[in-house]
Amino acid sequence: MDLVIVDTGVANVASVRFAFARLGVRVRVSSDAKTISEAERLVLPGVGSAQAGMAALRAKELEHVFLDYQRPLLGICLGMQLLFLHSAEGDTACLGLIPDEVVPLPVSDGPVPHMGWNQLRIVQDDPFLAGVRPDSYVYFVHSFAARTGPNTLASTSYGLDFSAIIRRDNLYACQFHPERSGEAGARILQNFLEAKP
Amino acid sequence: MLARRIIPCLDVKDGEVVKGVRFADHQVVGDIVELAQNYARFGADELVFYDITASPEQRQVDVSWISRVAKVLDIPFTVAGGINSIEAAQFILEAGADKISVNSPALLNPDLIDALVDKFGSQCIVVGIDSFWDGDDWQVKALTGDPDAMISTRWKTTDWLQQVQQRGAGEIVLNCMNEDGRRNGYDLKQLAVMRKLCAVPLIASGGAGCMDDFYDVFAKTDVNGALAASVFHKSVINIPDLKAYLRQQKIEVRL
Repeated sequence: MDLVIVDTGVANVASVRFAFARLGVRVRVSSDAKTISEAERLVLPGVGSAQAGMAALRAKELEHVFLDYQRPLLGICLGMQLLFLHSAEGDTACLGLIPDEVVPLPVSDGPVPHMGWNQLRIVQDDPFLAGVRPDSYVYFVHSFAARTGPNTLASTSYGLDFSAIIRRDNLYACQFHPERSGEAGARILQNFLEAKP
Repeated sequence: MLARRIIPCLDVKDGEVVKGVRFADHQVVGDIVELAQNYARFGADELVFYDITASPEQRQVDVSWISRVAKVLDIPFTVAGGINSIEAAQFILEAGADKISVNSPALLNPDLIDALVDKFGSQCIVVGIDSFWDGDDWQVKALTGDPDAMISTRWKTTDWLQQVQQRGAGEIVLNCMNEDGRRNGYDLKQLAVMRKLCAVPLIASGGAGCMDDFYDVFAKTDVNGALAASVFHKSVINIPDLKAYLRQQKIEVRL
């Protein structure tokens, strides 16, 4: 398995790399357009702001690579948000692969950032969720999220019902950090590795 | 619902996990990687590693153990201790830590918080506050890792708590020093006051002695997490029992 983690320079890639290593997969970390476009599987991790994330992708001229990529691609946290059309964080135009927008979490259910373990509510069956208990807790750290929509596989509630897991064709994404979400997270990463290209 | 977090804190000195009473007389309690893995296996929601020797001795944390921990751990962890620059923070985050926590260096140079938040985002910048009731008010102490180096600051805890939020701190760990290591329960009075002033996640630290102390701190002060060390290291409380008890008492926890 040739799996490449996109190095945007703003994300902490070590924990994602180690999580795949625990599943027995050696991962390459790269910001090279050719390496990324030829990967069998792509992971776009993310920590930091939408502006910084998109600026990093543009600076490395990677935007078009994502638009053309046809094999399974996993966006994590900010990496998920960058797949959308637009993020309210810094009023940022994103990759536009998913026709919806990312909005701020309201503070009605507690402090923001939404930080800690929260429960998934599975709304659509999909091989990406095989073996994941319907009430699993997973680890979130974020202040923005996408509302639930036709691509939502699992939602979580915190101030609003947002997409915790989405899938649209070859695009897979988690708003939480599967690499830090115990057994449930490991299962989801394994399912991504097994996803049909 | 968002679960309340149970957070074992591993004080690290010279690369080993130690625990002292009221910050002094440290005893070695075990190997970092082994302890970390065990805590994750038994249901800890997160771990905090404090390199308690770092600030007084003006050195950075040694990062080799951070990568070793990051390789085996599938829950988040925070590293604290003497992080006084962007470069130091970057080193630690790149080694695989999820969050960094700053304490004394932020008191000496509050702009450090803004700089860290600008570079890495609020979500991974925790501010630790060591708060001491001096008879009149809660006061912030610095350099608490070493009793000889410890100093009082000009900050009241209520003011500093608000100051660090304005500067973008994404989470606050409030260590109530008068209770630390005594196992008489968390400082509910102080935590309730600070909770009202805290719009970001607040973690209680200092004083856990029995399972009811965890129930009290969640039910009476609405903190997001409870941090403890000796009760876990010395197996006074085991986490599966604690979580089952809290769940039974209608406190939301991850089982």
